[in-house]
Amino acid sequence: MRRWALWLPLAFFAVVLAVVGYGLVRPPDEPLRSHLVGQRLPAFSLPAALPGRPTVTGAATGEPRLINIFASWCVPCIAEAPQLLQLEAAGARIDAIAIRDTPADIARFLDRHGDPFAAIGRDDASKVQLALGSAGVPETFVVDGNGVIRHQHLGNITEEDVPVLLAELEKAR
Amino acid sequence: MIAEAGLAALWLAAALCALQLALVAIGMKEGRGDLIAAVRPVAMVQGLLAAASFLILIWLFVRSDMSVELVVANSHSAKPLMYRIAGAWGNHEGSMLMWVTVLAIAGACIAAFERQLTSAMHAATMGAQAFIGLGFYAFLLFASNPFARLSPPAPEGLGLNPLLQDPGLAFHPPTLYIGYVGLSIAFSFAVGALVTGEVGPKFARAMRPWVLIAWIFLTIGITAGSYWAYYELGWGGWWFWDPVENASLMPWLAATALLHSVSVLATRDGLRAWTLMLAVVAFSMSMVGTFLVRSGILTSVHAFAVDPTRGTFILVLLALYIGGALALYGSRVAHVRSGAPFDPVSREGALVANNLLLSVILAIVLIGTLYPLIADGLFSEQLSVGPPYFNATAGPIALLLVAIMAAGPLLRWRSDRLGALGARLRFAVIAGATMALALVILGAEAGVMPFIGLVLAAGVAVASLAPLWGRNLKRTPLFTWGMVIAHLGIAVSLAGMSANAAFTKETLAAARFGDVLEVGPFRVKFMGVRPVAGPNWSALEAELRAVRGGAPMRLLPQARFFASPPTNTNEAAIRTLWDGQLYAVMGARDDDRWQIRLWWKPFVTLIWLGGALIALGGLLSLVGRWRRERAAALRESWL
Amino acid sequence: MRVLGFLLLAAATPAAAQTALPPAELANRQLSDPRREAQARALMEEIRCLVCAGQSIADSDADMAGDMRALVRERIAAGESPGKVRDWLIARYGDAVSYDPPWSWRSAPLWIAPLIVLAFGLWLARGLFRRRR
Repeated sequence: MRRWALWLPLAFFAVVLAVVGYGLVRPPDEPLRSHLVGQRLPAFSLPAALPGRPTVTGAATGEPRLINIFASWCVPCIAEAPQLLQLEAAGARIDAIAIRDTPADIARFLDRHGDPFAAIGRDDASKVQLALGSAGVPETFVVDGNGVIRHQHLGNITEEDVPVLLAELEKAR
Repeated sequence: MIAEAGLAALWLAAALCALQLALVAIGMKEGRGDLIAAVRPVAMVQGLLAAASFLILIWLFVRSDMSVELVVANSHSAKPLMYRIAGAWGNHEGSMLMWVTVLAIAGACIAAFERQLTSAMHAATMGAQAFIGLGFYAFLLFASNPFARLSPPAPEGLGLNPLLQDPGLAFHPPTLYIGYVGLSIAFSFAVGALVTGEVGPKFARAMRPWVLIAWIFLTIGITAGSYWAYYELGWGGWWFWDPVENASLMPWLAATALLHSVSVLATRDGLRAWTLMLAVVAFSMSMVGTFLVRSGILTSVHAFAVDPTRGTFILVLLALYIGGALALYGSRVAHVRSGAPFDPVSREGALVANNLLLSVILAIVLIGTLYPLIADGLFSEQLSVGPPYFNATAGPIALLLVAIMAAGPLLRWRSDRLGALGARLRFAVIAGATMALALVILGAEAGVMPFIGLVLAAGVAVASLAPLWGRNLKRTPLFTWGMVIAHLGIAVSLAGMSANAAFTKETLAAARFGDVLEVGPFRVKFMGVRPVAGPNWSALEAELRAVRGGAPMRLLPQARFFASPPTNTNEAAIRTLWDGQLYAVMGARDDDRWQIRLWWKPFVTLIWLGGALIALGGLLSLVGRWRRERAAALRESWL
Repeated sequence: MRVLGFLLLAAATPAAAQTALPPAELANRQLSDPRREAQARALMEEIRCLVCAGQSIADSDADMAGDMRALVRERIAAGESPGKVRDWLIARYGDAVSYDPPWSWRSAPLWIAPLIVLAFGLWLARGLFRRRR
């Protein structure tokens, strides 16, 4: 064994230490982002979640919109409900995809927490959610008038996120 | 007042630890034998105080003292006694206290029982042990005080995760901790040897029993942990290559390599530098593994809160201890090198191969575990490294290692001939060939790796018994039995893993009452569902009746609901038969149907039986060595 | 607890936040063709559950893992190759969705490392024997 080789373990450990040190300072793992941002929405159509209400599709709508992925059983969805109402009041069009949900539960949820949605579709087996590359509930996509996904918001929308999403919508115009 | 007494005991222990370090440092520098002589009693009292502090914490949990923050956060007065006790180490602060306690007791044990080392070497070892201890005391007292009070006291505790409320899991952490921290002794020995330059057979013989004890506990801990994951998780998997499991595997791999290199050092005075390296690496892996799990940098959903101060604190300790030992190694090991020469084809050669391959597997596990962090840091890319990677890389190397293990014990020390080895292995080759032939004739679709695994297991099982061939079994030394049984255990375990991978049958169904399902050779009838209640949970229990010829067997899988904290769990029903296990899980309800998952896992039990044999082999070896050392000591005193 | 706590936490689902809807048909049901089921099963073991870090979709109780199992089985039943299904998921979630890191310049060091370590070890060991002959 050459002399320098004796110092290799220390060098290797220094690398390991650097890696775990970096692990300590980096932001915590966030859920996987959709790789479809910048691409067209996949074609999809879902059954309407509530009778008499329009449903959401993957077709281009001609104007920018938010697609909100939510569920009545999802606790953070309650937290973001006021912010969604705020976005709607600011003129945003919000379509919703309800994940693994029943019409009765959805209706009750909207009754209790407000209903900012222009259209709601039912995604019983998360098929559309998976096709969009969404990794959890809630999530919100910004889609432009040509049906191209411009931005993905992970987790619930907080007060601070409202202007960000409005700006993204403006950019998508 | 009890909590304050615990804290006081802890402070006193820390003070004695500092004293121990000072005694060694001054004593060695100034050649003061009287100071060195005081080290032993100080270390023993320190061990007692740390143990007292830990017992007091357990007492607080048993009494459900809701004025102590830790108890409130991790216990509940309605929990059964056993889980109140286990709650003491089922959290960050308590488990750190347990870590420090084991460390202090390990130090006390060296002080009390280690008589083989020269006094300089013993003192240096005790100094190293105190140096490690001091850092962890500081961490505990300044960043993780387990005895902090809550004012005003809470009316009730928050409870413990229900999945941790399992008799096996309750006592799993102490077992592993004794293994992890036991390796600190080898680490301190190595540091002592680097400082004093005394490395040789005598040193190896002194270190071996300590390594063996730690290794036995690690083996038991990992084997048991694997079995609990198997029955608690409810999907029939027994090893997931999860960072947390890898953290326990890495010290074991290093300790296994260390055990083998120590025997070269003890018998042939070879592999001196290697042995010191492995002794440093083994405990380093314990610390790195614990840190990785504890800091939450790899397992973001882990129960322990991620606190950057704590993380940084431990990181600094790691840098200090491991970096310090490795720097000492780099600068000093040149003075201790050189040993007896040997040929590649020899017992030493096989042991070098063992060390090499175990180290490579260790490196693979470490790199694979850390790589997601590296990819994130260097390329801002999220990557997941899981079973496919580890199986593809570590798998073949492990198989090669097992093959060499078959040959190793049959080789002579220093030099041997390959032809002679072939002759000694002929029955093993016949056994392997028979297994291969049987698998082909039976038309078993095993897949490549499981096929090789089964053939190898058959051959190695026979080869591992070969060292007993032609011997008087009664006069065969106990440690030879130990080696034979441990190696047999590897073969048995490999057979179980391969059989499970090759022949498992799975049936997933949504069944109505009265439906009959088939899984492997069994017909399973779904009889019905009824509610049952436990001490702090309620459950729905399915009744299944399984038949394979003979009398029907009843299986009662449960879906449990715990109230505090509100959680659902699945309790698998497992029926062990001579040739495998029938494994049943009850899932969610779907109108008038219930999700039922069934597995028939032929010979899966061999995995853990093998693990138990490996640990038993270690125990026999320990007792055998101990007896021989004692006999030798007696002879010396007579002469 | 330390060693398995993480896995177990992932397996114990909080009792709140659960859907009233039964899981998708193929989430917990096998394909009738054993060859295709084996393919699907092998793929499921390689796909990471998106909501339960540290588990594959093959052994997770999470609802979303169930939906992903259903997706895998459906596509494989429809005749798609496992490789294509995996590519479809990677196109949406990136390489991190696969526990078998796809070959790329970013994963290359991971795959080459074992060979380097092995080669280095052999070099060390060879030196050991030659010098001592």
